[in-house]
Amino acid sequence: MPEVLKAPLAVEFPFTRSLGPVQSAFLTGLRERVLLGVRTTDGRVLVPPVEYDPVTAEEIRDLVHVATTGTVTTWAWNHEPRRGQPLDTPFAWVLVRLDGADTALLHALDAPGPDAVHTGMRVRVRWAGERSGAITDIACFEPCDGEDTVITVHVGEFEEPVTGIVAPARLDYTYSPGRAQSAYIHALAERRTVGERCPSCRKVYVPPRGACPTCGVATTEQVEVGPRGTVTTFCIVNIKAKNLDIEVPYVYAHIALDGAGLALHGRIGGIPYDQVRMGLRVEPVWTQGARYPDHYRPTGEPDAEYDIYKELL
Amino acid sequence: MTRDIALVAFAQTDHRRSSDELSEVEMLMPVLHEVLEQTGLKTADIGFTCSGSSDYLAGRAFSFTLALDGVGAWPPISESHVEMDGAWALYEAWTKLLTGDADTALVYAYGKSSPGSVRDVLTRQLDPYYLAPLWPDSVALAALQAQALIDAGDTDERALAAVAARSRADASANSHAQLARPVPQGDYLVQPLRTGDCPPIGDGAAAVVLAAGERARDLCERPAWIRGIDHRIEAHGLGVRDLTDSPSTRLAAQKAGAFERPVDTAELHAPFTSQEIVLRGALRLDDTVRVNPSGGALAANPIMAAGLIRVGEAAAAIHRGDSDRALAHATSGPCLQQNLVAVLEGDPR
Ligand SMILES: [Zn+2]
Repeated sequence: MPEVLKAPLAVEFPFTRSLGPVQSAFLTGLRERVLLGVRTTDGRVLVPPVEYDPVTAEEIRDLVHVATTGTVTTWAWNHEPRRGQPLDTPFAWVLVRLDGADTALLHALDAPGPDAVHTGMRVRVRWAGERSGAITDIACFEPCDGEDTVITVHVGEFEEPVTGIVAPARLDYTYSPGRAQSAYIHALAERRTVGERCPSCRKVYVPPRGACPTCGVATTEQVEVGPRGTVTTFCIVNIKAKNLDIEVPYVYAHIALDGAGLALHGRIGGIPYDQVRMGLRVEPVWTQGARYPDHYRPTGEPDAEYDIYKELL
Repeated sequence: MTRDIALVAFAQTDHRRSSDELSEVEMLMPVLHEVLEQTGLKTADIGFTCSGSSDYLAGRAFSFTLALDGVGAWPPISESHVEMDGAWALYEAWTKLLTGDADTALVYAYGKSSPGSVRDVLTRQLDPYYLAPLWPDSVALAALQAQALIDAGDTDERALAAVAARSRADASANSHAQLARPVPQGDYLVQPLRTGDCPPIGDGAAAVVLAAGERARDLCERPAWIRGIDHRIEAHGLGVRDLTDSPSTRLAAQKAGAFERPVDTAELHAPFTSQEIVLRGALRLDDTVRVNPSGGALAANPIMAAGLIRVGEAAAAIHRGDSDRALAHATSGPCLQQNLVAVLEGDPR
């Protein structure tokens, strides 16, 4: 069995999220070094605040100013900080109930070691030097004695409130396409196209994924198909994709390679876009060093009869 | 209309640290074929198909659609998917059968954790405003819960180590388990949790077949009748919850009828030792109940399938005659945020 392929795959996306009135006030408050909670109808103060009561689901808007000092309600010592976490030196994860709040906020506590941390210990917010209206405006907590003055009223209105956040995320994977698709990609490197035949319905799948989706059984018998094929259907692309240096309009088509039980897709070149048609016979065009056909061009053969490819549309 | 619905077949893969020579569908298909063989059904005989998995594990959008190749997803298949553990897919299939729209259902779930870093991946299911930007990983959040239990006097590190040792010793009878013998408790991963308190990271899949009424008796000698299933959720904010308790599990168990009569077996989805302490309390399980004879999630924790496996293991104990009334529990989200409880019974002997 040829080697199963592997490649690094990074998935990275900046989620842009809008904020409701309560989250906006809280995150704007962090920018201004003010900590706000929200009061539920039964009088509890939630920090961090939410827009709906977690018990009754009622909408809540009544903002409350709480202290920047609080008490650790539980903790966990993190001796190996991971990417993206608040501190890059060992720290404690803590849930902190700020003075004036009834619920706890999750964050990091900067402490010399686990022996310096305990449930019930007093801590204070350490603000980030540059603040933008995000939970990371709290750099971390630090141990402290005593408490801040609690200010009981704050309308939660600020100049230039933060109305959204951008939440970047990145996850790193090692992608493997598995046995069947590895074999397909290995063959492509030799400019051959291989599919797999279903032992039950005899259809040849290209590219193969190791299973017949119709019969739900494993496919294993490799079959070489093509290189020539037939255009079964197509569309004309009129809008240029970003970073794509293909002139529009161009044709994108479903191509049933000879011997294949279903069509794969590819671009049609070497013929004016308005002359591409169903039944057109095509062959792949490889460019130097490419790992898959750049496009397909007409072979010059007569068009295939509709009956030959009608099951492959 | 009330109908009795039973779990009539269960299969799972051998759970392994990595199965990168196989795509998801290649990993899943033997398990699908095995449950169908157990019942003699073909894919075309199945009335409803439902799956549970997560695109975040694969790092690819709509990855579950590729797995559908393994079930012969050809129209007019009636099919659905939950982006959750397969136990929730089973819940959907159960309701579908209750309505009378189908007499049989195939439920499957799979997860390959090996392509990515599962501790990082799971941070992406957290609140995107207040939690996800801090990247608190799954072990860290479980460790906060463990410390809360220790502070409350509900457990200590020795008791947690005993849960780990018992689970992995029990798994020696489970040929599918990833860790099937006691392993050292090891160093702290995030204090107070040591490596031994945490589940193995691995790849795996599971599938079950449900059937209604007489159909179930035709397909299985001793069907595992589902007497009740319910699932409940707690507040998203960890600091709003009492991490030492699981009121959502208790409520789900009550609604599923778990407290009406004692159970003899419980399969609990507790990936961390400390979570078994919470669940035993919430479910009022005493020492007369066999807890996780399969080894539980501490022996094999294929994410998205581990909860369905608990239901499958509970049913298999009934099929074998090892249990007459079993409880199965599945969880999802950090610190037991969402919980599902099913009560299964065999016919009286
Ligand atoms: Zn087939």
